[in-house]
Amino acid sequence: MLDAKIPEGKLQDKWNNYKAKCNIVNPANKKKLDIIVVGAGLAGSSAAATFGELGYNVKVFFFQDSARRAHSVAAQGGVNAAKNYQYDGDNVYRMFYDTIKGGDFRSREANTYRLAECSASLIDQAVAQGVPFGREYGGYLSNRSFGGVQVKRTFYARGQTGQQLLLGAYSAMMRQVNTGKVKLYNRHEMLDVVIIDGKARGIIARNLATGEIERHAAHTVVLATGGYGKIYFLSTLAMGCNGSAAWRSHKKGAYMAGVSWVQIHPTCLPQSGDHQSKLTLMSESLRNDGRIWVPKQKGDDRHPNDIPPEERDYYLERRYPSFGNLAPRDIASRAAKERIDAGHGVGANKNAVYLDFRTAINEYGENVIRERYGNLFRMYEKITGINAYKEPMKISPAAHFTMGGLWVDYELMTSVPGLFALGECNFSDHGANRLGANSLLQACVDGYFIAPLTVGNYLSGEIKTGKISADHPEFEKTEKEARELLDKLVNIKGNKTSDHYHRTLGRILWDKVGLERSKESLEAAIKEIRELREDFWQNLMVPGTKEEINSELEKAGRVADYLELAELMAFDALNRDESCGAHFRSEYQTDEGEAMRNDDDFAYVSSWEFDPKGEEPILHKEVLEFETVTPTVRSYK
Amino acid sequence: MKVTLKVWRQKDAQSKGAFETYPMDNVNEDSSFLEMLDMLNESLTVQGKMPVEFDSDCREGICGQCGMVINGRANGHLEGTTTCQLHMRSFKDGETIYIEPFRASAFPVIRDLKVDRESLDRIIIAGGFISSHTGSAPEANSIPIGHATAESAFDSAACIGCGSCVATCKNSSASLFTAAKITHLAKLPQGQVEARKRALNMVKQMDIEGFGACTNTEACEVECPQNISVMNIARMNWEFHKAIL
Amino acid sequence: MRKINSLNTTIIRKVLMALTGLFLCFFLIIHLAGNLQLLLPHEIAQTQYNAYSHILSGNFIIKLVSYVLYVSILAHALLALVLTIVNWRAGGSKYAVDKRRQVSGWITRNMGILGSLIFVFLIVHLADFWYVYKFGHPPMDAAGNKDLYTIVVEVYKEPLYVVGYVIAMIVLGFHLWHGFQSAFRTLGLYNFKYHKWVKYFGFFFSIVMTVGFAIIPIILYFRFAGG
Repeated sequence: MLDAKIPEGKLQDKWNNYKAKCNIVNPANKKKLDIIVVGAGLAGSSAAATFGELGYNVKVFFFQDSARRAHSVAAQGGVNAAKNYQYDGDNVYRMFYDTIKGGDFRSREANTYRLAECSASLIDQAVAQGVPFGREYGGYLSNRSFGGVQVKRTFYARGQTGQQLLLGAYSAMMRQVNTGKVKLYNRHEMLDVVIIDGKARGIIARNLATGEIERHAAHTVVLATGGYGKIYFLSTLAMGCNGSAAWRSHKKGAYMAGVSWVQIHPTCLPQSGDHQSKLTLMSESLRNDGRIWVPKQKGDDRHPNDIPPEERDYYLERRYPSFGNLAPRDIASRAAKERIDAGHGVGANKNAVYLDFRTAINEYGENVIRERYGNLFRMYEKITGINAYKEPMKISPAAHFTMGGLWVDYELMTSVPGLFALGECNFSDHGANRLGANSLLQACVDGYFIAPLTVGNYLSGEIKTGKISADHPEFEKTEKEARELLDKLVNIKGNKTSDHYHRTLGRILWDKVGLERSKESLEAAIKEIRELREDFWQNLMVPGTKEEINSELEKAGRVADYLELAELMAFDALNRDESCGAHFRSEYQTDEGEAMRNDDDFAYVSSWEFDPKGEEPILHKEVLEFETVTPTVRSYK
Repeated sequence: MKVTLKVWRQKDAQSKGAFETYPMDNVNEDSSFLEMLDMLNESLTVQGKMPVEFDSDCREGICGQCGMVINGRANGHLEGTTTCQLHMRSFKDGETIYIEPFRASAFPVIRDLKVDRESLDRIIIAGGFISSHTGSAPEANSIPIGHATAESAFDSAACIGCGSCVATCKNSSASLFTAAKITHLAKLPQGQVEARKRALNMVKQMDIEGFGACTNTEACEVECPQNISVMNIARMNWEFHKAIL
Repeated sequence: MRKINSLNTTIIRKVLMALTGLFLCFFLIIHLAGNLQLLLPHEIAQTQYNAYSHILSGNFIIKLVSYVLYVSILAHALLALVLTIVNWRAGGSKYAVDKRRQVSGWITRNMGILGSLIFVFLIVHLADFWYVYKFGHPPMDAAGNKDLYTIVVEVYKEPLYVVGYVIAMIVLGFHLWHGFQSAFRTLGLYNFKYHKWVKYFGFFFSIVMTVGFAIIPIILYFRFAGG
């Protein structure tokens, strides 16, 4: 049985009770304590900045050339906060409820409530840093509406909210670099976490610009390494996004939870060929004015403009009349897949649906639409060469966000003492489906407001430990293992690239552990993944050596981890005999094709332990106790 | 389509580089320029040859990590675009394409098309921030900021730090980059308190890093993926003069 | 980390270039106003122009200003040289294929060449008039002033010289066209609207200067050389 260490008291008092009682470290002692942060996205930068402000010695590791590039930068829509500036009835409780319901009642009440509770402070924090949020003419902050909620609580900076929040956190961190409290290690990848006497005490990292292997010791290690959605190869994620830090920590004892809960975003550009390296996200906001349809007739090859209205199937409006085109992401994605699988897909590969602005253009005029989404239409034309004012966009669902990740307790500490996980790399707040504009929020809240206190609470017990030495035998051992792994990858000298394996794995996962899964598909996936992994270790080709800059070696290491993580995803999905949020098991659906949850048997977090000897991972259940809310059926009809 | 690539290969900053020729057949014209390079790299890798090293991450034009000089232009012949947003359909079938790294003293080559742009980070470290501790922020709506002010601050804040401005500048000046940050923060009331120190320190750091001086050729604005205006540079000058006087 | 003084930055050098440049622009206006007297009817022009030159050379304040002028010209040129070296160093290795010229105006990229041409012209110009007036043996006019007017008229009887002079003025016009508005930006004029007006004015100013200066030798040539 896993203990999440939820504080005592009523839901709304828990965080305050925790803050009142947690141990803190006095300023003189903070100087003696070292923290390693891995990842420099929103969660990592904001945590590192705050640790630095508090007076700890911080080292930050990230694979990009600059901390400003982490993929938080690409979030478009906005960030939610229960400020209630619109006086539309919003409050912390409502935001908490929307989030836990959006997650299909598969997240922890206390964590989710805390997320909503801290949201307002984040807006204050960001504004103080100079984040240029959208404003009304009177000078006050403006809000947008987002999917799955009935209030306007989304703050935004045009379509670049993630970029602006990240630059805020980045600049706060750079200020600490200026004071000398934070040291940056760019172009560095964590190879493994070092555990001494059961506690995380440092990492082994590879300098990607030189190939050097380095040891770094600290009193605690904080992972903020993002999600592993790139496992599908084609996703909305950046090329470098990976799950290696999380996976290697998992292999060192950290549990992973909700691993198969991956959000498939409905509005992305479809796959057009094998040349493609990623699928670009088109903001969800487009569904405010765009109508989604497919031809009623299977395999209809006519140009979309030649298909008369009565021969079009506006399937979201048909199936979900009250939410229509603005149905939540999991539902919209699944509905698209259903139509595509039934043979109604459009485009050269028959893998897309139309997102049509004709009605809106007729109603408001092209200029208004241009004003609202001009940048997105430009982006669409740049990538596809198609003018979407003249004909409908072709869109398709793509892997986007991983709700699952490293299991953490209320303090965001993994099952390994001293190893914390923040942001998307932990599993905590979103349950089985994340609401739009909550991911930026979670990354920031974890980094700015939660980790500085909970990590402090942990470090209060480390004051007498003294400097951690990187000469400890465990460092030596872990470094040796890391070197051996690299050597192994380099020395196969086969004939297939890591991209080949990644692409193949992605296809297996997309077909069998994607939008829809079944017992058969998952069992088949496990088999295929194992075979592919076998092949990988036989026939991989990594040119060059490990002692130099070598991007193929970087990719190979990540793919090696994906090939193991993928299997866990399949196990996780196989274990859960129900449908919830992003996890849709075809055996568990209503007659109308909607998800069928099973609260009696599955109201728990599946938390997996890595078993180095066994064939299968070991399941630990954290039972979700709903003290405040009552799980209900999510309906968007 | 077919293209012939002339790719700059250089082992490290000390080595002398040279163009290598790679004929590419069967390039999908819907693929992006970087996907075309991925294709090249896969074929090199299978042959056991070292692939062409280049930086890229988000591939949607926002992270600023990619960037190279293509046929003599920063990020290729299209204006206001990142390299990842450039697609093969805008090249001619049979064309010869020259690819070089960004060149500036402050951007030493790491390998092939990868350059080190930490100098830009150091300019931010010198003062590109507002000193507000976590927890010290006042209520967000306590300072109203006009719609137009917020929007124009955003225009400056949109910089993605890609370094295209430096690459395209005949003087290798980082003025547009530095100015965008100084201006973004100078336009907002929150940024006023430290405006003086910020302008002085960032401008000095720009010189220390070895970037050139701005001669207002305006090439940077044309190539900037976020279309950041050269008027930011004038504003930086103004903030700097105010700080000195 | 290396430290430098705020006054030792490239921006300060740019400011000095801008200020000296604008001062030289101001001088051009005065210079043109004075020289337009050359176009007055022959008899009046000779007396008036020579008297004007005499006043200028004798006045203490004008003398002071003239020293500022000499310093400005030299400082403008020297700073340009220093900044060019800085920029050249910042460039690192050169692009093997360089088409960056497609995204900026030729003039903006070649202010150094234009400036150097103007500098050469200035040397010739000063040698022909200023040096002869100051240190040579110029003829005297009826009023007893040095007859600079006749020197000028004589020089402009030479057609090649006139052509050279006109070309130099076109070069000057290009230099002013970019330099004038660029100076304002260097000084920190960042307002779009005001800067637009400065740009218009700068264009107008460079046309007036080019036409104004170029027209003098042309008219004098046709008035005297033909006859």
